[in-house]
Amino acid sequence: MAGAAARADELADAAVAGDRRALARLLTAVENGTPVAEAAMRRLYQTAGRAHLVGITGPPGSGKSTLVSALIAEVRGAGRSVAVVAVDPSSPITGGALLGDRVRMQAYAADDGVFIRSMASRGHAGGLASTSTAAAAVLDAAGFDLILLETVGTGQSEVEVAAAADTTVVLEAPEMGDEIQAIKAGLLEVADLVVVNKGDKPGAQRTAAQLRAMLVATANRDADPSRPRPKRPEILITTAATGAGVPELLVALDRHRAAGREGVSAGARLARAEAQVWAIVTDRLRERLHDESNRAKTRATLESVAAHELDPYAAADALLAGVGRHDPD
Amino acid sequence: MADRPLKVLIAKPGLDGHDRGAKVLARGLRDEGFEVVYTGLRQTPEMIATAALQEDVDVVGLSILSGAHMTLVPRVTALLRDRGMDDVLVTVGGIIPDDDAPALREAGVAEIFGPGTTIAQVATFLRANAHPRD
Repeated sequence: MAGAAARADELADAAVAGDRRALARLLTAVENGTPVAEAAMRRLYQTAGRAHLVGITGPPGSGKSTLVSALIAEVRGAGRSVAVVAVDPSSPITGGALLGDRVRMQAYAADDGVFIRSMASRGHAGGLASTSTAAAAVLDAAGFDLILLETVGTGQSEVEVAAAADTTVVLEAPEMGDEIQAIKAGLLEVADLVVVNKGDKPGAQRTAAQLRAMLVATANRDADPSRPRPKRPEILITTAATGAGVPELLVALDRHRAAGREGVSAGARLARAEAQVWAIVTDRLRERLHDESNRAKTRATLESVAAHELDPYAAADALLAGVGRHDPD
Repeated sequence: MADRPLKVLIAKPGLDGHDRGAKVLARGLRDEGFEVVYTGLRQTPEMIATAALQEDVDVVGLSILSGAHMTLVPRVTALLRDRGMDDVLVTVGGIIPDDDAPALREAGVAEIFGPGTTIAQVATFLRANAHPRD
């Protein structure tokens, strides 16, 4: 462990000083959940918290990577640095992954103010990898002004990114659904900004108008403020492939962040802290259930559930009671 | 973690527009359990080296069918070395005359995969020769 701590200090200090290779190595450690990553997070976490974390989510093919690329150009034009964490799904069958988001982002190879990292989801549902938030914290500590978290292509309920980001952008493509889709619970409820991309396609204006009507105009303004409420997003239209609407998107992101600073973001930060700690708790629990001392019992318990000899609740209680006695180190 | 997937960058340097082979290999390695970063067509050596560094890959696989391998491949390996990535396994696939192989190996290429190579052969070689990151 002493070796890991020394290695972590060395990598963390180099990454903060601008060494991109050290930063990349640190992100690998984070992805693999190594002791180096844990020690580095302990060293870096308190210096993170300055970057604007923006989540970009939406269905497959809606243009997330193209929009991220267009945003990079806009942000660099404004003289700010930007890091991207782009998540693509891991195969549930082989564990392999095809990480293809960089295809649209390769124009920035010579620019030291841009750092792009692909991540495989590695079995984590919810749209991100279990380590994406930690990766974002490392990039934050490394000094990037803006961090874009691009999710896997999402469906209706992968809302995890909203807890990971200060500002959540949900992409929609034109003509992807009617007004009923717009009022279903889920992804659209957590959007701070809804972007109708492919704005040059027929139907983009109509899609934006429907979303505006359903998400903004009909929101219940007299609702009891003490009850949890869905967000009331701003609706924008972009054509990421040409850059149209992207300057306006950056202005809207900045505006949302400025508004967040004035108070409403405390809840979001707490939600992020909770999500982050929970992810570690569940990872550690899973690890512990599969470690040397528990593997056989875990396996036997799961087999009893599969054979309907034990119900899943009793099984969970039995497994939890077993690991509760574990004393680390 | 010993069982984490190997991470492979599949890149097409230069002006060659034929990426079917690279895509088939990328997908095939995915099915073999690798994490494959694919960066698309017409990559400069600088783009490839930057992607390899930021992604911290274990392997860089270069697909070249244009005949420009003697120019492009040594550029990529030199840039990787300059950036401290000399422990990354570099392989080349495509149409590479046998006469060029010694010079490419001299430039740092670990293996050359010609037509007829199966995906299983590539996967086996990578598993045996790549050095996974800690």
